[in-house]
Amino acid sequence: MKPPAFEYVAVASTEEAVAQLVAHGDDARILAGGQSLMPILNMRLATPGRLIDLNRVGALSYIVERAGGVAIGAMTRQRTAERSELISAAVPLLAEALPWVGHSAIRNRGTVGGSVVHADPAAELPGVAVCLDARFTVRGEAGERTLAAREFFRGYLTTALAPTELLTEVWFPSAPPGSGAAWIEFARRHGDYALVGVAAVVTLKGSTVRQASLAVIGVDGVPVRAVDAERLLIGVPLSAESMAAAAESVRRTLEPHDDIHATAAYRRHLAGILVVRALTRAGERARLP
Amino acid sequence: MSVTPALVSVRLRVNGREYADEVPPRLLLSDFLRHRLGLTGTHVGCEHGICGACTVQLDATPIRSCLMLAVQANGADVTTVEGLAPGPDRLHPVQEAFRLEHALQCGFCTPGFLMTVTAFLREHTHPSDEEIRRELAGHLCRCTGYQNIVRAVRRAGLMLTGETARTTPGAGCDARSAS
Repeated sequence: MKPPAFEYVAVASTEEAVAQLVAHGDDARILAGGQSLMPILNMRLATPGRLIDLNRVGALSYIVERAGGVAIGAMTRQRTAERSELISAAVPLLAEALPWVGHSAIRNRGTVGGSVVHADPAAELPGVAVCLDARFTVRGEAGERTLAAREFFRGYLTTALAPTELLTEVWFPSAPPGSGAAWIEFARRHGDYALVGVAAVVTLKGSTVRQASLAVIGVDGVPVRAVDAERLLIGVPLSAESMAAAAESVRRTLEPHDDIHATAAYRRHLAGILVVRALTRAGERARLP
Repeated sequence: MSVTPALVSVRLRVNGREYADEVPPRLLLSDFLRHRLGLTGTHVGCEHGICGACTVQLDATPIRSCLMLAVQANGADVTTVEGLAPGPDRLHPVQEAFRLEHALQCGFCTPGFLMTVTAFLREHTHPSDEEIRRELAGHLCRCTGYQNIVRAVRRAGLMLTGETARTTPGAGCDARSAS
């Protein structure tokens, strides 16, 4: 058998899951969609003593409108989110990024919460969350707390979750009127982890940018919010010059690493190109009536 | 601490037949199908979700059987490649299209392709080439170069909607594939 031996418990509620985490601490792992954890177990990169399976917790699977945004239960399958009319109307950036997550057979099992908690720096959903300032609801022994996306991702595959805490919900704000969003990524094959991906949202008044939000994945241990580039864009018309300046700022501030897939220099170059493309597309969409 | 996990019972339906067994929690669904049920049509390639060879349908939805525990399929309805053909001497239209278009050589990857494509064509009756290619990106084939697989999917789509006779040669070829 491929995975190491473990004890297995399929919990029926969030409370049971937290109780299991409290009782078993670091030795336990939450099993959500399994599309990241199962490969890790099959390759024996992790040897948890106990798996806490959330797949029978129906209460963690929902997509609802709430507080000017959309709340998504952590166990909602990526495929369900991809097909949600509510998400596609209210959070178009998320709707555009979801089909890029793995392959359809992966998204049929993979969950929104699982992808976020796995925190792969080249994964789409953490990038979208950082771009949109999504909020994460986390349940622990002492009750619930809410974390902003930018404080949730701490480093490569590392989040602010305590070993006894469980992610229960991700909330994304609805796109404001006059805004346009775009997700663009480059990978060798569709469904591979992106070499670089860019999320862009711009809100226009006339041709002037009132708000801009840019996040880049695949270039650091966490999704990077390009705050300097955003500052260059806000208050001026969205033009070839302003987009080039934003791209130059992104190239200058990123510090990607070489790996077997691409050199740091190539990733930096690609990030600049994708920033311009994403801003162009987001701008076009913001101008649509 | 040395843990000896107890066996857990699993009861599920595979290709319309009920099965019940006691399994170690770590037994993968792919290994359960192959080793416990003898359904060796489900192939095991990479065992980490990349190659697509082990794809089966769980409640009519394609999933990687190497990324799921057998115990998680408790109560589910699983379809493997053995469940596709309507009878021993008849192929499913998608299988027939793969045969007619020479969409396989060694055949190792084929069961996974078939399980994805049959589900895909249920939802996309007239898929574009781009949609077909994007869907097939979740499967690796090291023999065919994929062109004949794309053709087979196109032909299977036409066969399933009754737009082409099953054995018309070249029905999977159109202007796009000829270029």
